[in-house]
Amino acid sequence: MREIRALQAGGQAANLPFQFTNPTRFRASAKLKSVKDNRPINLDFTTLRIPLPAVTSFLHRVSGVFIFAGIALLLWLLAESLSSEEGFLQVQQWLDTLWVKLLLWSVVAGLLYHLIAGIKHLIMDMGIGETLEGGVLGAQLVIASSAIAIILAGVWLW
Amino acid sequence: MVMVTNVTSFGRSGVADWLVQRVSAVILGVYFVGLLGYLVLNPELDFDRWQALFSTTWMRIASLAALIALCAHAWIGMWTVSTDYITTALMGSKANILRFVFQLACVVLIFIYLIWGIQILWGN
Repeated sequence: MREIRALQAGGQAANLPFQFTNPTRFRASAKLKSVKDNRPINLDFTTLRIPLPAVTSFLHRVSGVFIFAGIALLLWLLAESLSSEEGFLQVQQWLDTLWVKLLLWSVVAGLLYHLIAGIKHLIMDMGIGETLEGGVLGAQLVIASSAIAIILAGVWLW
Repeated sequence: MVMVTNVTSFGRSGVADWLVQRVSAVILGVYFVGLLGYLVLNPELDFDRWQALFSTTWMRIASLAALIALCAHAWIGMWTVSTDYITTALMGSKANILRFVFQLACVVLIFIYLIWGIQILWGN
């Protein structure tokens, strides 16, 4: 258990959600016959303590995949709004409907979270906040500031 | 030292991908914050001003830069996620096919975004 904790701490410092999955992958693909083959691994997430930095890091990935798809909505709205005067008014009408508004808000929320978590990532790349305490504080700041930004975006849209 | 390369990674090297991911992130961050700021500061935006903004050369260059950055950023991100979670260790041998199909779908979507984006910027 102690080793797992240490690995988790290592994963936090490097800002990777599940760094300890790498040996598994290596082992499975390279089919190495070595001492490492017999090492016990625990990938049962229900028995692992998931620290906050792991949660924010995972959400960074989830939001990335989500906004990758969400770009389609943004490009569609941009294309329509620039096509003609009628298109622009059409977009304004769409944005008055609840579903389009909710959809746009979710994409904007994904963008804001991804942006804020990304800024934290760049700050950590510079060597700031790489300690265990710094990692937790950074994750708390990401959650707090993105929550505020997402609520403000909602207020702005409605 | 042996450098591990992967045929599907963006720059064929982890260090290159690492750098491209950060440079493209900064471009995208500046662009989206700028565009969002413009929309927030101009609540009474009309079509003429909106179109005028996107017909200026600097805005087209900025938008194209953001579009290209998005393509690289999205590929590296999707590659990282797919090679981390769609693995034989997690789901057996079918993972290789599944990962290839997922990555192919990502390439197609990125290509659509690129062509569509260029059309939006220069088509009107």
